[in-house]
Amino acid sequence: MVVARQRRDMPSAPLYTRADVVALSDASADPQWLREARLAAWDLYEHLPMPSRQQEEWRRTDYRHIRWDEVSKLPNGVTPSIDRVPEHMLQPLVEGEQGGMIVFVDGKLVRNQFSERLAAQGVIFTDLHTAARQHETLLRTHLMTKAVKPTDGKFAALHAALWTHGVFVYVPRGKMIEEPMHVVMYQSADGMTTMGHVLVVLDEASQATVLVDYQGKAGESQSSYVGVTELLVGDAANLKYVGLQDWSRQTFEFSHQRARVGRDGQLDWVIGTMGGEFVKAFVEVELDGQGAHGRVSGMFFADQAQLFDHDTQQNHNAPLTTSDLLFKGAAKDEARTVWQGMIKSLPQMQKIDGFQASRNLLLSPDARMDGIPGLEIEADDVRCTHAATFGTLEEQQVFYLMSRGIDRADAELMVTEGFFDELLARIPFERVRARLRASLDEKIVGHDLDHRDVLEVWVA
Amino acid sequence: MTAVLEIRNLHVSVEDKPILRGVNLVVKQGEVHAMMGPNGSGKSTLANVMLGNPAYVVTEGDIILDGESVLEMEANERSRAGLFLAFQYPVAIPGVTLANFLRLAINSRMKAEDPDSKGISIPEFRRMMKQKMDFLGVDHSFAGRYLNDGFSGGEKKRAEVLQMAVLNPKIAILDETDSGLDIDALRIVSDGVNKLQEADQLGVLVITHYQRMLNYVKPEYVHVMFQGQIVESGGADLALKLEELGYDWIRERSAVG
Repeated sequence: MVVARQRRDMPSAPLYTRADVVALSDASADPQWLREARLAAWDLYEHLPMPSRQQEEWRRTDYRHIRWDEVSKLPNGVTPSIDRVPEHMLQPLVEGEQGGMIVFVDGKLVRNQFSERLAAQGVIFTDLHTAARQHETLLRTHLMTKAVKPTDGKFAALHAALWTHGVFVYVPRGKMIEEPMHVVMYQSADGMTTMGHVLVVLDEASQATVLVDYQGKAGESQSSYVGVTELLVGDAANLKYVGLQDWSRQTFEFSHQRARVGRDGQLDWVIGTMGGEFVKAFVEVELDGQGAHGRVSGMFFADQAQLFDHDTQQNHNAPLTTSDLLFKGAAKDEARTVWQGMIKSLPQMQKIDGFQASRNLLLSPDARMDGIPGLEIEADDVRCTHAATFGTLEEQQVFYLMSRGIDRADAELMVTEGFFDELLARIPFERVRARLRASLDEKIVGHDLDHRDVLEVWVA
Repeated sequence: MTAVLEIRNLHVSVEDKPILRGVNLVVKQGEVHAMMGPNGSGKSTLANVMLGNPAYVVTEGDIILDGESVLEMEANERSRAGLFLAFQYPVAIPGVTLANFLRLAINSRMKAEDPDSKGISIPEFRRMMKQKMDFLGVDHSFAGRYLNDGFSGGEKKRAEVLQMAVLNPKIAILDETDSGLDIDALRIVSDGVNKLQEADQLGVLVITHYQRMLNYVKPEYVHVMFQGQIVESGGADLALKLEELGYDWIRERSAVG
């Protein structure tokens, strides 16, 4: 049954005009090439229809309850204080030397720190506006030209025209950077749309670790985020990338995220989705070079009226490429989740190995979860497997824990937390794991828990 | 005070099918009992109903620990009252380490006794775990593994006995703990049970199909279950007689009687 929630007097698309693009470009002091790129994207945007449920990838996902008339305001000239960001979000990720930290509040840059030692090696970690002026060649070559393109969809085009803030990470050939680079995009204001961009470029045989935190403060009215993430992993390069989203419950997210991996390159990508009222995220990996490997780990937990829709693709564009995708999620209350995955390869791409799995934990009879795996394989000497499973909390597991003296609520919490543990373990920062575990616990039990110390690692 | 477990005229059904038809048994702290009997006689039902597995329904009779009926108690309360079940088929719980699970189990007990208790500290817990693992000849890395996940049959049984050692019950029921163990594992697990039994004056009910575990864990009392009732009780020599003669004489006698 389809419930049309749109009211007649609600606009069905964002309320921007070409003048908004010009004004944003002026305010950002864009170089001419960027201004032209924005305007070209705007023209494209105007020609594309709004996504509708007639299209397969939007079929299960209704966003018509967004109040475009209330959320369309873009960040203005005022830069908010960094004090709005909760202190624990700004703590260093690891002991010892940090790579760098960039913080945005409501689309405005409020902190831009980077290790001088890394900068001296030619590593770039800065905000996208600065990068557009200082690293024109690199940006013109990579910004929405290789991974996500304005033609990818209505929201990709909108983003290309009106992105409000972003980061640029560049690691030169052969530089192996172990210190993590941390980005925080914080949304504190109601009724606003921000459009954040992440562009990571790893040159041949380089290495980097990047964490992007998306956080929002609970507000009174809706807001929205139209984001793009581009991860370009060069030949024999190695990227560990973590993106964790915990928007306010009134936020609508539309995002396109795509990685390209070169010959023998390695991508380890972790995605966490906890917040937002509505999330539609396209997550795609293009394995372009022979021997390229991409691992994508997704975790989500939807409760109340949240709707999360992840649309993933693993494209094997070269022989001997391997991909491994695991999405694990839970849904509670009346929440709704969709995961739709696809592995694709062309006829001549032999000896590829692709895997996708979706594991769904249904915690309420009123929640609904869809998991739709897909394969489009044209080569014959390949191994591609997929699986989708759905289950509820296993009473025999809960009974086992209770039979050792553990109360039912704690037993259920423990089993549910355990469901996510293998994915939590893929996040390389203890503090971030603890934060994510706390927000999982809060969702599982429905309220704030006292801080629980967990024995993360048993040292034998 | 010596704890007493008393099973009175216990009738139990599984999916409306009567399995136990009036079981009477008393196990005191410090005693070792063996419950033997052919497959399908109701031994495992008896084990499962002791901790209140929701799949088993008590239709008549009572289970009494220290003068109090446990039937209205949930599994967690029964455990905290001093009952322990070593499961025949322990369920795997991926993502939950044995260490975190046991720490929560200990803390749950401490908090049930004293709501202000902060629980056991991590260093204290580590010390205690290592000591118990040494006591049972279990490798320390064991505690860091996900509970029963990918464990071999022998590892599962050792994990059950380790939990028993950590939780320190008054009365323990070992449900086919010997099944699937090789001779070395059987010896280790049995040694563990014996050590606990001697040290803590544990009352043990060993449920088994075979005599072999009883060579290591010596029972003072042996009972034979058949068609949901205890049809014979005796001393250790009864187990030997069963080993020698099998269960046919029980069957025949029951048919006649």
